[in-house]
Amino acid sequence: MAGIVSRLSHRGARRPGTTDPAWVRWALTATALLFLAVMLFVPLVAVFAEALRKGVAAYLESFGDPDALAAIRLTLLTAAIAVPANVVFGVAAAWAIAKFEFRGKNVLITLIDLPFAVSPVVSGLIYVLVFGAQGWLGPWLMEHDITIIFAVPGIVLATVFVTFPFVARELIPLMQAQGTEEEESAIVLGANGWQTFWNVTLPNIKWGLLYGVILCNARAMGEFGAVSVVSGHIRGMTNTIPLHVEILYNEYQFVAAFAVASLLALLALLTLGIKNIVEWRAHTALSAETKPESP
Amino acid sequence: MNPSRKTNVLPGFGLSMGFTITYLCLIVLIPLSAAFLKTATMGWPAFWEAISAPRVLASYRLSFGVSAIAALVNGVFGFIVAWVLARYTFPAKKLVDAFVDLPFALPTAVAGIALTAIYAENGWIGSLLAPLGIKVAFKPLGIGIALIFIGLPFVVRTLQPIIEDLDADVEEAAASLGATRAQTFFRVVLPAVLPAWLTGVAMAFARAVGEFGSVVFISGNMPMKTEITPLLIITKLEQYDYAGATALAVVMLVASFALLLLINLLQAWSARR
Repeated sequence: MAGIVSRLSHRGARRPGTTDPAWVRWALTATALLFLAVMLFVPLVAVFAEALRKGVAAYLESFGDPDALAAIRLTLLTAAIAVPANVVFGVAAAWAIAKFEFRGKNVLITLIDLPFAVSPVVSGLIYVLVFGAQGWLGPWLMEHDITIIFAVPGIVLATVFVTFPFVARELIPLMQAQGTEEEESAIVLGANGWQTFWNVTLPNIKWGLLYGVILCNARAMGEFGAVSVVSGHIRGMTNTIPLHVEILYNEYQFVAAFAVASLLALLALLTLGIKNIVEWRAHTALSAETKPESP
Repeated sequence: MNPSRKTNVLPGFGLSMGFTITYLCLIVLIPLSAAFLKTATMGWPAFWEAISAPRVLASYRLSFGVSAIAALVNGVFGFIVAWVLARYTFPAKKLVDAFVDLPFALPTAVAGIALTAIYAENGWIGSLLAPLGIKVAFKPLGIGIALIFIGLPFVVRTLQPIIEDLDADVEEAAASLGATRAQTFFRVVLPAVLPAWLTGVAMAFARAVGEFGSVVFISGNMPMKTEITPLLIITKLEQYDYAGATALAVVMLVASFALLLLINLLQAWSARR
């Protein structure tokens, strides 16, 4: 009964020529799901399966290692510096680009996107060329006893570079779409610039900002190539979580390597979860906002 | 009303613009220029020798060749995934849709060791392929698998909104004028999504060429055979051959900038349609 009703209603809604035949739908859906299962789902499951291969006790033991804890601390510290730095930059850049007209705007947007186009290894290398012993500032830094490369500052700088565009590229199109009317009204009504930003702009961009922060944080904590070049791989000192995973893996400590990697996999799942909640909230906020205006 | 004479009452242009430019120069532009200036001191013959040694040429062939194949594979399967997500309904579709972004969120090193474990000869998939004589891990095929993994979301996420926005009326018109579904697809749908498809494939290719973390574990890193260009840069750095490493980095940067330009042109073309 229900089958007939649904088939009838489906038939009514059907637009001839825009729907694929049933066998095509089945074949394509099966192909897509199988491809995603093999390419994405199996690797994710493998991380946890390998981490738990010798049981929960061995899994938990991996986190008692002081070097693993040092790596976790360094990763958290790096993200705690890199993400806020890029948030301040992203907001400033989006304010300048979205709220004002000036020449060369498209060039500026392209330059902001540049770090996405650069290979992670090259991203690390350019900091070695500036701050390394053979680099531009190397002799001066050595004279003043400052180490940047093969030390924490280098790791932070490389992370800032690879996560540079995340917040800005979320905010620029969002703030461009929102225009300047609300801010202009606030200014005309007597608010100062900071009041306008905190009370008018920030509530409007909060979901976009959160979205950018989440993606920026995921990349900051997971970056491997760029950080690998500038870190020097000193155990317990300059190893982030991904670098510690590499060391454990290369020492054939597979359970420990996958256990530490599972932390990053959980972070990735958390990121995807929050990202989808934010997308959903931004979508409902947007449709709630536009509804009264539409006739 | 002349738009160029429109006065802007909003404050903070000087501050935000000044900060943006300063930060951009300090973090991105000055360090990037270091690569170009360093090679400028090398002299042309030394530069040419560094970027055209046989081992280097083998790494280009591998990096660009496998990246191109991986991007095309993603072009085919990414299209199917985007089409299915945009057009059909099936259980847990939202979850599957969210899951497509996994390669964006999963750190590359984690992807690298997971893929190596799966495709090693005693791994879940590797052990199924080994009796057929197919070896994946530590072969170019393994590099291809890793590059397909990291490139997939670029194709899907570029195509999906375009397919969703396709006007059903056009397809309906084609059908009512007597076109079969296949004709409608190849003559109407495909040309409409072509710019977005090319953009997605180019983005997947650009990402694959520079990729490092997911590849180093599965590639085996044999010089001349499975050594990608980014890894060769690191090898040169570890041998204190800074000039050689920088020369290769400049080649990769020029390739990245060319691809970025191509992607921007494709996006502009896509936006016009």
